[in-house]
Amino acid sequence: MIKVRREVCGYCGACVSVCPEGAIELIDAYLSVDNENCKLCKICVRVCPLGALEVSDEE
Amino acid sequence: MKSEYDVLIIGGGPGGALAAKTCAEKGLSVCIVEKRPAIGTPVRCAEGIGEDLIGEFFDKIDPKWISAKIKGAKLISPDGSSFYLNPEMAGNEVGYVLDRKFFDRDLVWQAVEAGAECYVKARAVDAILENGVVKGAVIEHFGILKDVRASIVIAADGVESKFAKYCGIDTTVPLRELETCAQYLMTDIDIEPGITAFYVGREICPEGYIWIFPKGDRTANVGIGISGTQSKDGSRAKDYLDKFVSRNFPEGKIIELIVGGVSVCEPLECTVADNLIIVGDAARLSDPITGGGIYNAMYTGRLAGQVAAESIRSGDCSKKALMKYETTWRSSKMGKALDRNYQIKEIFVKLSDKQLDSILTSVSNIVMKDFSTLTLIKEIIKLNPKLIKELSGLRKYFE
Ligand SMILES: Cc1cc2nc3c(=O)[nH]c(=O)nc-3n(C[C@H](O)[C@H](O)[C@H](O)COP(=O)(O)OP(=O)(O)OC[C@H]3O[C@@H](n4cnc5c(N)ncnc54)[C@H](O)[C@@H]3O)c2cc1C
Ligand code: SF4
Ligand code: SF4
Repeated sequence: MIKVRREVCGYCGACVSVCPEGAIELIDAYLSVDNENCKLCKICVRVCPLGALEVSDEE
Repeated sequence: MKSEYDVLIIGGGPGGALAAKTCAEKGLSVCIVEKRPAIGTPVRCAEGIGEDLIGEFFDKIDPKWISAKIKGAKLISPDGSSFYLNPEMAGNEVGYVLDRKFFDRDLVWQAVEAGAECYVKARAVDAILENGVVKGAVIEHFGILKDVRASIVIAADGVESKFAKYCGIDTTVPLRELETCAQYLMTDIDIEPGITAFYVGREICPEGYIWIFPKGDRTANVGIGISGTQSKDGSRAKDYLDKFVSRNFPEGKIIELIVGGVSVCEPLECTVADNLIIVGDAARLSDPITGGGIYNAMYTGRLAGQVAAESIRSGDCSKKALMKYETTWRSSKMGKALDRNYQIKEIFVKLSDKQLDSILTSVSNIVMKDFSTLTLIKEIIKLNPKLIKELSGLRKYFE
């Protein structure tokens, strides 16, 4: 699953604009990933200017 | 918040604000929903705008919108040599670095003054669709869901552009065409007052550029955008920016971090549907070369308001009726510039640092008739007829 490192995220929405599944939502300073719709393409992980997203094995 | 309006606008940025103001002035009932708790913050912008562009909207520029007046620009090529771009009328203003915290807020304020309603902490979470046609939006306002119906919805939700997605329009930006950006507001740095500086080169900012936009005395927005495909662990936008800052402004103080994404893709294939108009960044209308999108959002926001008013008056808000918006912006100066600049960008992102060096040398002494990227590109093409074969393919755009 995609994990948001909240201590790093700058809540800019860049990842939202490239997610082909529309699986990312930004509410104020809170970014969340709908891991049910995520296809793990990792495009969001690539694009983040800060490196705030990572793939994690945790469920 | 009422449950029905003539026009519902998703997003309170410059695009949404101009749309709302225009609708309200035309006597429509109109509502802006903005998901953030405050209009204009956090800023996701370097805040630069041309003097002629902003002048198109206001008779009088409020001094509190302006952080700094810009008189010229400087380009720094990969080998470190730098060139000034001097406007023909040296000494005159060519642009501004805005203070968008004030500017964006005032734009919404003007819309509200004209009669629009505005709600913050109000997020569109879905579209109301009937037989596939948009009839409004589901708004979450302080945690409470409410159906808000409208004859026309204007999607002005910026780079995230999810509302059009809810309506079945794919707004996803390809990774390579999303510039991933980081910017510091820095103080106590040596900058040239009134001069915007642009650095290019694959090594320091691959498929993008670094900017220094003065915000006042010894203070500036110092930022970078690189292509999404160039962004990796250890070489993300912030990593490149930190490298640049430690080399150029080791003593500078960082008082704000700004991150964001700018699309440099082609506009959406179609920016209208039945009862729906998409404006500004949400329609992927930022400039593919500069990333500038404030003007484009304001221009399309105002146009959307005009077309919405006409369509509501005539009782026809179908896609066919709203196509007037689409055809008008595409044939406008802005629409043509987007088309041309996209083709130019596609060539420029492939240039090597050596090619960039020689191109910039060629324009080092030009005096610009009017101060715009377009004029600069025209000069580059004129002065480098054989340099890059591909550039000559662009000639048709200037004839
Ligand atoms: C780092 C950076 C530097 C830039 N520099 C410049 C520059 O120097 N000059 C320039 O002209 N342009 C620049 N731009 C581009 C410029 O910021 C945008 O083009 C401009 O803000 C677009 O205006 P807009 O109204 O379309 O969208 P925005 O200003 O992004 O406004 C969209 C609004 O919609 C809201 N919203 C989103 N989703 C929802 C929802 N579901 N419900 C309710 N509200 C929602 C958002 O919170 C936001 O307030 C830059 C961009 C970045 C990232
Ligand atoms: S791109 Fe990165 S910083 Fe921006 S919202 Fe997504 S995770 Fe946060
Ligand atoms: S991995 Fe792909 S599908 Fe999943 S959230 Fe990121 S961009 Fe979206």
